[in-house]
Amino acid sequence: MYLESIEQLIKIAKENGQTLGRMALILEAKDREVPEEQLLNIMRERLQVMQSAVTEGLQGNRSVGGLVGGQALKYQAWFNSGKSLASGVFGKAITYALAVSEANASMGLIVAAPTAGSAGVIPGVLLSIMEEYEIPEEKVIEGLYAAGAVGLVIAYKASLSGAQGGCQAECGSAAAMAAVAATELLGGSPEQAAHAGAIALKGMLGLVCDPVAGLVEVPCVKRNVSAAVQALAAVDLALAGITSAIPLDEVIGAMGEIGRELPLSLKETAQGGLAATPTGKALAQKIFGGKEEKNGENN
Amino acid sequence: MDLLDIIGPVMIGPSSSHTAGAVRLGRVGRLVLGEEPKKAKIFLHGSFKETYRGHGTDRAIIAGLLGFDTSDPRIRESLKIAKELGLNYEFLPIDLPEAHPNTAYMELWGDTSIARVTGCSIGGGAVLITDINGYPVRITAKYPTLIVPHNDQPGAVAKVTSVIAWHGINIAQMSVARQKKGAEALMVIETDQPIDEETFKEIKRLPGITGGFIIPPL
Repeated sequence: MYLESIEQLIKIAKENGQTLGRMALILEAKDREVPEEQLLNIMRERLQVMQSAVTEGLQGNRSVGGLVGGQALKYQAWFNSGKSLASGVFGKAITYALAVSEANASMGLIVAAPTAGSAGVIPGVLLSIMEEYEIPEEKVIEGLYAAGAVGLVIAYKASLSGAQGGCQAECGSAAAMAAVAATELLGGSPEQAAHAGAIALKGMLGLVCDPVAGLVEVPCVKRNVSAAVQALAAVDLALAGITSAIPLDEVIGAMGEIGRELPLSLKETAQGGLAATPTGKALAQKIFGGKEEKNGENN
Repeated sequence: MDLLDIIGPVMIGPSSSHTAGAVRLGRVGRLVLGEEPKKAKIFLHGSFKETYRGHGTDRAIIAGLLGFDTSDPRIRESLKIAKELGLNYEFLPIDLPEAHPNTAYMELWGDTSIARVTGCSIGGGAVLITDINGYPVRITAKYPTLIVPHNDQPGAVAKVTSVIAWHGINIAQMSVARQKKGAEALMVIETDQPIDEETFKEIKRLPGITGGFIIPPL
């Protein structure tokens, strides 16, 4: 499906009396000339992979580079002890975002949404709301179509790649996508959903992509948590009737502009930011100090 | 960009370019070789060279050479599986002038054939194959792709394309590359519909056609 702006999707959805998610599903089915049921099934499978990634991440496996692992498990224990600052949806979202990101870092099966590096944000936000508010599966699947539609507009107007736009393009986009979907799941109007997306993305603008040793581990795993929490706060503001002064389409445009202006050292090259700190460099040296690889040597 | 590529693909982490894309490069290598690989020398350039271990790029390329999909959990264990299946591999650094940062050059040996494939992982799991057996190509593996080595002589292209047309298959893109005039050349034909076995056999029987293989959309 081709989608130029969120405004365009809101207009079509309102004309047809649909949510953004349902409308995106209908448009996608029409565009592909397939029944809606088929698209629902494809996305149902992806939702299930998101759920299994949470389970996998909670097994506490170490990442490939060895920098992360076991944090989701640790946070879950803290959350379950009742002492955590975050309760309810927020605490669960933190747990799930950590779990999926850690599953990704340890070569687990995930849904890139929109990317592998930001794969924890959407499951963190949507699965926690789904459980806490007992939202039916089909609604969440439609929510994933709403998130996908926002991602399409971002891909068209800005970028979804850290190498092109910094982390704002990955975790920031994921936060905006998750916020739009979650607002609708909780009964918000299409306009409120767009405000939530705008508020979430505004909070992530300028975020650089500076992975230590170039790996999807530090700070990526915890940035997924930041983005998930950012998205939930934005949803809450939008549901309270608070609006974004700058509409989502324009925030996306600004994100693309900022991404172009970011120096290369802060766009996934591991040359700047956290990657260039003394500790970041020492960790990189520790991981990549070894020699070349043949059968039997390093496995 | 496609909505199902945005909430997707389903893949083994941690990186769409360094893991999922790398699996696809390996799969193309296997398809070009056309048989079980027994020996592989894999040269990594740029970011692939610097970060392959931490991203599992090595396991991903080997998994692709073994025919695994980007969502196959066996990617994690592929180095061990390669050993069990008798695939000897070696990863070596290389500097390729002006190549994309995520480029791999693969030299592959099977029981009866040898293949050389260069390709890069261009983001989001997408790949671009830039060289097959010394012929410059541009293959994205998004369409069914037919690759036909042939003798560089008048009519070779016309014969192949007419067989394709006869079977109701539409050509989306195509290119022809040769190393020198009158020697062997390579046709790369991307189609909208899959190329069925019958069409493929008919093409391979044409005079002047010296082989051929199909890369399905990956």
